[in-house]
Amino acid sequence: MKFLVSRYNPDSDAAPYMQAFEVEVPRGMMLRDALLDIKRQDESFAFRHSCGEGVCGSDGVNVNGINKLACITPVSELKEPIEVRPFPGRPIIRDLVVDMTQFYQQYKAVKPWLVRNDPMPEQEILQSPQDRDKLDGLYECILCGCCSTSCPSFWWNPEKFHGPQALLTAWRFLADSRDQATDERLDALEGPYKLFRCHTIMNCVEVCPKGLNPTKAIGHIKALMLKNAV
Amino acid sequence: MALNKRRFDALIIGAGGAGLNAAIQLANTDARVAVVSKVFPTRSHTVAAQGGVNAALANVLPDNWHWHMFDTVKGSDYLGDQDAIEFMCREAIPTVYELEHNGVPFSRLDDGKIYQRAFGGQSQNFGGAQAARTCAAADRTGHAILHALYQQNVRARTHFFDEYFAIDLIRDDEGAILGALIMEIETGEPLLIEAKATVLATGGCGQVYRTTSNAHINTGDGTAMALRAGIPLMDMEFFQFHPTGIAGKGMLITEGVRGEGGYLVNKDGERFMERYAPNAKDLASRDVVSRAIVTEVKEGRGCGPQADHVLLKVDHLGEEIVSKRLPGIRESGKIFAGVDAVHEPLPVFPTAHYVMGGIPTDPYGRVIVPQGNGEEVVPGLYAAGECACVSVHGANRLGGNSLLDILVFGRAAGLDVIESLKEHRNHRPLNESSVETAMARLTRWDQKGEGISVRALRDEFRKTMEDHAGVFRTEEIMAEGVEKLKALRDKLPEVRLSDHSKVFNTARVEALELENLVDTGIAIAYSALKRQESRGAHSRPDFPARDDANWMKHSLYFKQDDHMDYKPVRTKPLTVETFPPKERVY
Repeated sequence: MKFLVSRYNPDSDAAPYMQAFEVEVPRGMMLRDALLDIKRQDESFAFRHSCGEGVCGSDGVNVNGINKLACITPVSELKEPIEVRPFPGRPIIRDLVVDMTQFYQQYKAVKPWLVRNDPMPEQEILQSPQDRDKLDGLYECILCGCCSTSCPSFWWNPEKFHGPQALLTAWRFLADSRDQATDERLDALEGPYKLFRCHTIMNCVEVCPKGLNPTKAIGHIKALMLKNAV
Repeated sequence: MALNKRRFDALIIGAGGAGLNAAIQLANTDARVAVVSKVFPTRSHTVAAQGGVNAALANVLPDNWHWHMFDTVKGSDYLGDQDAIEFMCREAIPTVYELEHNGVPFSRLDDGKIYQRAFGGQSQNFGGAQAARTCAAADRTGHAILHALYQQNVRARTHFFDEYFAIDLIRDDEGAILGALIMEIETGEPLLIEAKATVLATGGCGQVYRTTSNAHINTGDGTAMALRAGIPLMDMEFFQFHPTGIAGKGMLITEGVRGEGGYLVNKDGERFMERYAPNAKDLASRDVVSRAIVTEVKEGRGCGPQADHVLLKVDHLGEEIVSKRLPGIRESGKIFAGVDAVHEPLPVFPTAHYVMGGIPTDPYGRVIVPQGNGEEVVPGLYAAGECACVSVHGANRLGGNSLLDILVFGRAAGLDVIESLKEHRNHRPLNESSVETAMARLTRWDQKGEGISVRALRDEFRKTMEDHAGVFRTEEIMAEGVEKLKALRDKLPEVRLSDHSKVFNTARVEALELENLVDTGIAIAYSALKRQESRGAHSRPDFPARDDANWMKHSLYFKQDDHMDYKPVRTKPLTVETFPPKERVY
């Protein structure tokens, strides 16, 4: 099959360009396997990858216009020629490798850790199965960045808008019955940008490789803000 | 150009569970701690651990740490050090509570406590009924733990060097470790980090084998750095092949599937584990189940058109259990095997999974080496997690004890570094010649011209390891293997890169990793050749029995002249009676 991959080496190239490769595609081949085959043909081709099973979140790329995790994307589901580009809207370091610094900064900005003010019990903090169920669909995020880098609001304001990933994480802690920083978390999300730049375009939901729903999480945050304001 | 230098109190190499649990101890004090990772921390392979972490919390069935200790000693085939095992099983309980307090979203029981499931090799009352000791966050426990530990380190403002590759340890003439030379992958620039204490937490080395559950990054970087610093590796012949990798692919299907009631069948639909382990059946220890699967296939009872795998049946559990307790497995089965586990069985075969051996340490994570008739600590050097060998797993690791090992001993190493910093307030003088040696390892890859490619040598090395140091091992197969592997090692100087660019040069990283794979792989194959008995994961048809009289001892492999040394197993626990060696039946 024919692949077109984006190439860019800042030492030698003025701008990114597309390069064609032919890859033999056996049954069950994943896009990551195809990228590895291309690297076999040309060792200077660079992309991030590691676990190969969709849990480490390293190999997010833009395929035929849609952000996907390469290791769990069957090549058979893609239209030829398969065009592979780096995530849109991020500075390109080399080939498919982009600078995700702002994405991680937004994640860190929502204080992504459990806050307890009470003294810790000797054993576990109790949590009912029903309360624990509220974290399903939230804690599974692998920080791959497919969502935030497909979000037009994040493209425009990556330094001010938290983006879908960080807001999903914000709700993961707001939804945790063990967490005791609800008011601080909600206060920190006030203002026109951090949360409210979400225009429910829902690209994030379309692309999440783990089937998570950041838009819904954002809706929950807004509802909780409203409830607490009354 | 002058080499850039930074100074920290402590340097931690690796940001998986062991590295991050060491870092968080240090970050909660005044110590200046640097964590170096070749990938963004949450990409570390701890993220892929599925089933859970063992601790005798007794939330589901009666349990106590002493039973856990018995199971671990037995599971180790009596090669584990009983003082370290007692320490780990006792520490397991507060360690899991601490994780929960740090935010890990464990699955819950109706009474609000942490959910625990049954795993292989677990018993109540020293070999009695099945226990339920594995604390789980669905089948994504490693992910849940790694993210929570990273989050706590973000809170504590740990200094991370993300996407920096460790080249080599720096040491002085007395053998004390002074820090490490690292390389920023984005720029290709070297950076020297001087530290009063250095912790190796680089994880496993499954990439030495062709078919593995391990990630691309698991290339034995820490074990190879230790070897090059003159430190031996202990018990490297003990490599665990997990019974249930997806056939032909290697991705893992957690033992938790069998813990929840899944079982294995051959082409006749026979539940064959009943023949190999009449009591524990599908929950026998991993080495036992892996050998059973390989035997079934060898004797012509494999499934599929090539008769090259067996089937793991899950469909009888029903959609609710599978979706609730094993959602990640259902997803992986669909993606990689094209099978929905709710309706059809999964094709499985053993996959290279975990190295029991590693850098020898004491229970405080301090690296120890033979000296005279005894042992001594390597000043300034610690190791924890899969790259280390305490040894708690001995010849075979139990499921759920790996996350436990990295967390308990990562934490212990962090706490001991804090103590050592009180005594060692100053940096030792830098040793320029050691820095030059490390720099040479990096600049060697600037050589231009024709040569063998990294890819070609790596592929051949991994295939040779699979063929000659796999599940069943005879003298003939292994001796041939060691010769082949050494011949490949001799070709390393002929390997050349075609890409010499600076910025995010992954080819150069893979070349540096290849050297680590070769050093670590040969340690495995050579140690295996020398051990003339069958114990745990090391199974020799030509020496089928365990030989306690001659071989109840740890092996030590040195890179220098490929020589072996041995040391006794520590059979005396801290406070309880020794568990004497017994025949190991399940």
